[in-house]
Amino acid sequence: MAPQSMLILSALLFAIGVFGVLWNRGAITILMCVELMLNAANLAFITFARQFDQADGQIYVFFIMTLAAAEAAVGLAIVIALFRLRESTDVDELNLLKW
Amino acid sequence: MATLETVAFVLLATLAVVSALMVVFHRSPVISALSLAFNLVSIAGFYLFLNAQFIALLQVIVYAGAIMVLVLFVIMLLSITTEQGLHRSGRVQRVAAPLLSAACAGVLVFAVARGSEGEAFVVSSADFGTVRQVGLELFSTYFYAFEAISLLLVVAMIGAVLLAKKRL
Amino acid sequence: MELEPLLISFAKIFVVSQVLMVGVALMTWVERRLSAIIQYRVGPNRVGPFGLLQPIADGIKFVMKDETLPEGSHKPLFVLAPAIAFVTALCAFSVVPFGPVVEIFGRSVDLVILDLDGGMLFALAATGLGVYGIVCAGWASRSKYALMGGLRASAQMVSYELALSLAAIGVFLANGTLRPTVIVEMQAGWFLNWNVFGGFQMLGFLLFMIAGYAETNRLPFDLPEAESELVSGYHTEYSSMKFSMFFMSEYIAMITMSALTVTLYLGGYNPGFPTGDLSGWALWGLQIGSFVAKVGCLLFLYVWVRWTLPRFRYDQLMHLGWKRLFPLALFNLVVTALLVAFDVIKA
Repeated sequence: MAPQSMLILSALLFAIGVFGVLWNRGAITILMCVELMLNAANLAFITFARQFDQADGQIYVFFIMTLAAAEAAVGLAIVIALFRLRESTDVDELNLLKW
Repeated sequence: MATLETVAFVLLATLAVVSALMVVFHRSPVISALSLAFNLVSIAGFYLFLNAQFIALLQVIVYAGAIMVLVLFVIMLLSITTEQGLHRSGRVQRVAAPLLSAACAGVLVFAVARGSEGEAFVVSSADFGTVRQVGLELFSTYFYAFEAISLLLVVAMIGAVLLAKKRL
Repeated sequence: MELEPLLISFAKIFVVSQVLMVGVALMTWVERRLSAIIQYRVGPNRVGPFGLLQPIADGIKFVMKDETLPEGSHKPLFVLAPAIAFVTALCAFSVVPFGPVVEIFGRSVDLVILDLDGGMLFALAATGLGVYGIVCAGWASRSKYALMGGLRASAQMVSYELALSLAAIGVFLANGTLRPTVIVEMQAGWFLNWNVFGGFQMLGFLLFMIAGYAETNRLPFDLPEAESELVSGYHTEYSSMKFSMFFMSEYIAMITMSALTVTLYLGGYNPGFPTGDLSGWALWGLQIGSFVAKVGCLLFLYVWVRWTLPRFRYDQLMHLGWKRLFPLALFNLVVTALLVAFDVIKA
């Protein structure tokens, strides 16, 4: 098993995440696709950490995981607040500032 | 000749990609969230392939066990159902999304394939991926980052509570 | 791929899973007889001597019952949910060392299924994944009561996971490792060496036990499945074998939590006195026996507490978890860290 296969898989998952963010309209689904992208990046980090036998990649993944947790919490709080206003999570309805 | 390792890798990779596609395409947000949880656990399986035991366990505990439960909570409490599914995109999106993501995939796969040809994993030291190694690095080299991220977590907690309150 | 370690692992997995199943059956009998004694009545005593064959009769009843699948429920998840709860509860037991390294037929076998470097984290991860079984059951039933019960149960489990993990970190600090086999080895000798006494983890032990009761949804924390509250909580719509799988997974979680408590705080398989010159199967039998005895004592405590205390209201439960246990666990962590730093505990 070579680093190449892991990195190609990571690139594929990232592209699926990008597609999900662009394709979907529900706010929570978009958040989940962002989590997919973060995980693809995590996989790449760990692959490189293993390739050079260092701990640094793992530390970065530790921090990215923590950041993802914080981001998910705040993002979901925003979704809840918006849901109270609009009764829907469609991101296309958040157009109050549109000219 | 396919070794056990290659078979396991292909199986796990298929599971990861299929669950990622289900996250993107399924109508029901609850099934999307559960597929994402499954995807996260399969990524933890990949970490185990790469000898990163501590991070694999952390992935299951933090990501699959806490963050996705939070997402599921919000989906179920807000009763976001398929009728509000909103998975049909506008006309521009229908064309732009596949093109852009295919371009992104193409660029990344090309870069990776060209850049890591013929590279192989070194034999990892016995210490790699253990709690001890990660812990020592975390509290010595990355100490300031560690303190900063605990501050960030406090800020995120306060922010989340304030944003979700009905009246301040 | 060597065949022999694989076969040894399979044998261990088989033995442990069968013992756990028998343990679950025994626990149902123990629960009914003990509750009867506490309530000053006689429990089941018709089927077999002292009613010991009652679990078999219960099993036959469950198999014969009619399986219902509510209309409008999400069928794949409805069927999968009890399986998730069951499998994660079983997986959590795989890191518990129930005996030392023994010699069977000339091969040395370590009596633990998974000797991971981050072993205790695996147990926490498996119990954390058990939440999904409850959430899926609640949602897939498409019933208001089931959904509310499922959400309450999962919120409770996630909240008390915090107190559980923080209390366990005290032990990891005191012993300097996360590996269950090493934690047990460091508690050898007199029972004063056990983490609850010599490791100054009395508060941690209490917190771990209370959080363990909440994690397994046992009284006094069983509001999510209380019969008088939300009909039957998240398993309202379940019947027959699927219900009995939830039932069994709850007992397996109980046994696993007791085993984890024994491993972390009560010396694991150490008998609590120095065994001197004892060796071979005399020593190993004593060690495995003392492990089983300690787990049995904790299970007795589980049943005793259930039939003695009234249950918590949901907001009282959350208040206890977040505003009392969590600060106490942090306090325990700080005190343990100070004790290790000043060499009072030799890590």
